Amino acid sequence: MPDLLLELFSEEIPARMQAKAAEDLRRMVTDKLVAEGLVYEGAKAFATPRRLALTVHGIPARQPDLKTERRGPKIGAADAAVQGFLKATGLTSLDEAKIQRDPKGDFYIALIEKPGRDAIDVLAEILPVIIRTFPWPKSMRWGARSGKPGSLSWVRPLHAITATFGLETEEPDVVKFAVDGIEAGQTTHGHRFMAPDAISVRRFEDYEAKLKAAKVILDPQARKDIIFADAKELTFAQGFELVEDQVLLDEVSGLVEWPVVMMGSFEAEYLAIPDEVIRATIRNNQKCFVVKDPKTGKLTNKFVLTANIEAPDGGKTIVAGNERVIRPRLSDAKFFYETDLKTKLEDRLPKFEQIVFHEKLGTQAERIKRIERLAAEIAPLVGADVAKATRAAHLAKADLLTEVVGEFPEVQGLMGKYYALAQGEDASVAAACEEHYKPQGPADRVPTDPVSVAVALADKLDTLVGFWAIDEKPTGSKDPYALRRAALGVIRLIAENALRLSIMKMAASALAGLSLKPADAQKLPSDLLAFFADRLKVQLREQGARHDLVDAVFALGGQDDLLMIVRRVEALGKFLETDDGKNLLAGIKRASNILGIEEKKDKRTFDGAPDAALYGLGEEKALAKAIGEVKAEASAAVAKEDFAAAMSAMAKLRPPVDAFFEKVRVNDEDAKVRENRLKLLNEIRSATRAVADFSKIQD
Amino acid sequence: MDASLPAHMRPERSFQGFILALQRFWAEQGCVILQPYDMEMGAGTFHPATTLRALGPKPWNAAYVQPSRRPKDGRYGENPNRMQHYYQFQVIMKPSPPNLQELYLKSLAAIGIDSAMHDIRFVEDDWESPTLGAWGLGWECWCDGMEVSQFTYFQQVAGVECAPVAGELTYGLERLAMYVQGVDRVYDLNFNGREGDAKVTYGDVFLQAEREYSKHNFEVADTAMLFEQFKMAESACRKYLEAGWQKNSESGKREAHLMSLPAYDQCIKASHVFNLLDARGVISVTERQSYILRVRELAKACGEAWIHTEAGGAA
Repeated sequence: MPDLLLELFSEEIPARMQAKAAEDLRRMVTDKLVAEGLVYEGAKAFATPRRLALTVHGIPARQPDLKTERRGPKIGAADAAVQGFLKATGLTSLDEAKIQRDPKGDFYIALIEKPGRDAIDVLAEILPVIIRTFPWPKSMRWGARSGKPGSLSWVRPLHAITATFGLETEEPDVVKFAVDGIEAGQTTHGHRFMAPDAISVRRFEDYEAKLKAAKVILDPQARKDIIFADAKELTFAQGFELVEDQVLLDEVSGLVEWPVVMMGSFEAEYLAIPDEVIRATIRNNQKCFVVKDPKTGKLTNKFVLTANIEAPDGGKTIVAGNERVIRPRLSDAKFFYETDLKTKLEDRLPKFEQIVFHEKLGTQAERIKRIERLAAEIAPLVGADVAKATRAAHLAKADLLTEVVGEFPEVQGLMGKYYALAQGEDASVAAACEEHYKPQGPADRVPTDPVSVAVALADKLDTLVGFWAIDEKPTGSKDPYALRRAALGVIRLIAENALRLSIMKMAASALAGLSLKPADAQKLPSDLLAFFADRLKVQLREQGARHDLVDAVFALGGQDDLLMIVRRVEALGKFLETDDGKNLLAGIKRASNILGIEEKKDKRTFDGAPDAALYGLGEEKALAKAIGEVKAEASAAVAKEDFAAAMSAMAKLRPPVDAFFEKVRVNDEDAKVRENRLKLLNEIRSATRAVADFSKIQD
Repeated sequence: MDASLPAHMRPERSFQGFILALQRFWAEQGCVILQPYDMEMGAGTFHPATTLRALGPKPWNAAYVQPSRRPKDGRYGENPNRMQHYYQFQVIMKPSPPNLQELYLKSLAAIGIDSAMHDIRFVEDDWESPTLGAWGLGWECWCDGMEVSQFTYFQQVAGVECAPVAGELTYGLERLAMYVQGVDRVYDLNFNGREGDAKVTYGDVFLQAEREYSKHNFEVADTAMLFEQFKMAESACRKYLEAGWQKNSESGKREAHLMSLPAYDQCIKASHVFNLLDARGVISVTERQSYILRVRELAKACGEAWIHTEAGGAA
């Protein structure tokens, strides 16, 4: 079956957009082919800075024919209806129609055969539409045509389209279409500088090979592999080690069609700058990798650059040029760092009085005061020294006003630590300057030093409560203040450090520290708790755990100790994986269902203790006895926060519950017996509520 | 590069030769070579030959040097490459020609940067000017890891959609010349290409000015006067715009504008005064935004006026 080759050749596509664009192109073309009845065998898309390319192989040469029947008017219907039918179906007279007998009368039926079209014609129709509607994150107009309405929008000016279709054994055909004056053909170009001439291509195989000969590596993964392998080899050969950086590798591979990896160096005096600052300088501004000395683990005065060209002088000029650019950058960074060291962190704080944190939440200075107060309050609860926690909260944001952080925002916190150590702060206080921002995401490390924990919690709670108070909660995909991340951070700080804290109390305390008083202040802590419950569910789902168990625990009410909630959920999850757990859950659900139905029927609940005198069957007595024992045992275990033991106690309910349902008919003819049995069922439910509301658990 | 040039005129030997080579190259591409606009501005884009001429349907190809004033970037002449006054070389071509990238690369060759020997790259850089109500897509152009130019396809300027789109190139002249001359400190640039006693450096021409203006911009500039000037420029701009509208005598509908350029001068003035106030540190973070917005409103009103003028394509 024939294959499609499509290439969209343009001016330089931003590196960060290339991977998604290739995937979008593949998805859009193949979806459309399938929708047109053209089921293909395989497809692969590629991107370089100057081209998007797609190969789809095994496309049928023709669409299948379509046969459809269309029912027309009744025999003897008005002429207008008949004419309309003929026109719509393309029949010349009613003689060509079949007649279908039907109890409602006899109808004309037209048999319409729609012959499938050649796939190349279908492609000529769908490709221009896909190009015109391509979902670039940002696109633009250009050139003379942009003066007229309806001109093409593309990520950068589009110069050529290659589109061929055909069998491997034959000369393929060009898919004939044009978009905004650009005719599809089979001519592309090689590397901008090393092989700029036109190349005529037939199909994917020769396309990829000819591009390679013209110094273009089409496959982004292949470019990454080359850069990574060459960079490792280059550094290893000199006894150094590459500092691996996947994000940078992705970006760099999107900036070159022909990667040429080389190593440069800078003056050793710049190694006096913290490693992270050197790295930020070289990475952000120059898109180069840094190199470390495996003996010390520290950076060395080398860097690895990726050029897009094999220069006749072996790259000497390029390396020298990059070195000349990096030198003043590092010189600036060193100057910033040394300047920063001349001012104490606390001396920077008055400036925060001029800096608005949020229009409704006051200045940064006010926010820092709130965090200090909250950190002091939390400190004893997490085993931190109050004075140290307060001091850390006082200084933690000060590095935002330093030159280095102004230049490289990603080293915020870290620089705070360096500057705090340099001015002789306590090690925990310095560490907290960095760690109070953590954890930044699900993969980030959670701080364990109590001082860091106290400030991290205070910082995040102040943010959450503040934005809740001004009603700037996250909605849908919008979370401009990263409140979801902050809530998840609180959850992880508490769970991973096994902290005992009441979210409600902490929220109320943070709220009391705000200068504004929201109208629904009373509701705020419980609203926020519900948000935590949601975040906890999301986190558990991402870990592959059962998020519905969170609902089952929260449904108990009064639960705002996140650690206990997490522990309960864990124990419950383990229990439900056992046979006892599964069967007990089934039994409890059955009891709940019966109760639900009967409560509705009788318009009443069946609370209250059952009357032992009314037990007629042994299974009833056995169940009642088991409930009594389990309730006591489970409650005692819960009181000791031993949820696993509470679950083991629960497991003892399973045999009597099973036996009860097997032998006992709940809806006895005697109304009193029936009521008593319903009360007994209700007891099962209430006994199990010692650990969770089982009715909230999904099957 | 033109081999027939005498040594002191070669772009790798002399700053002025470097500028002349660029001017000559773009003149050969059909650009009109303008002289700098006679007002203080933060970037070559503010020149009416770019801001206003980018608007409307009429073709326009121009190139010029524009002194750029960035009061905040002053370093009292002590930083090797940051200055409060420097030169930009600006090219604008409307509509953007299909081979603008190739022309740009050839212009680099004309100033001695051989694209076979150097690593030239087009790295994403979306351009936006909040004060001009303008944005475009393009790149920063890298030479061996150094940003040497901005390359932008204007999509909107002064709040008006560009139709057709203009291509804009901005070369940071000092930085490029430093690279080509192989010096690490801007003040060491050879300005006139002569040697010995006849040699004039960039520092001979500008170092004193950098020291004086840094003091002025950061310490002394009269803020009361500047606040007043901002207000005066803003109200003059509005006044000239209003006076320039030619209205239909019956419907009162605005039909043509007769004074967009003088009005726009006041917008340029307001923008520069704002930059000075900003450098003096007398504008708070929240006020800053509102000043930018006020300048943008002026720019937009000037753009609207311009497209009702003859050169703006009206009638």
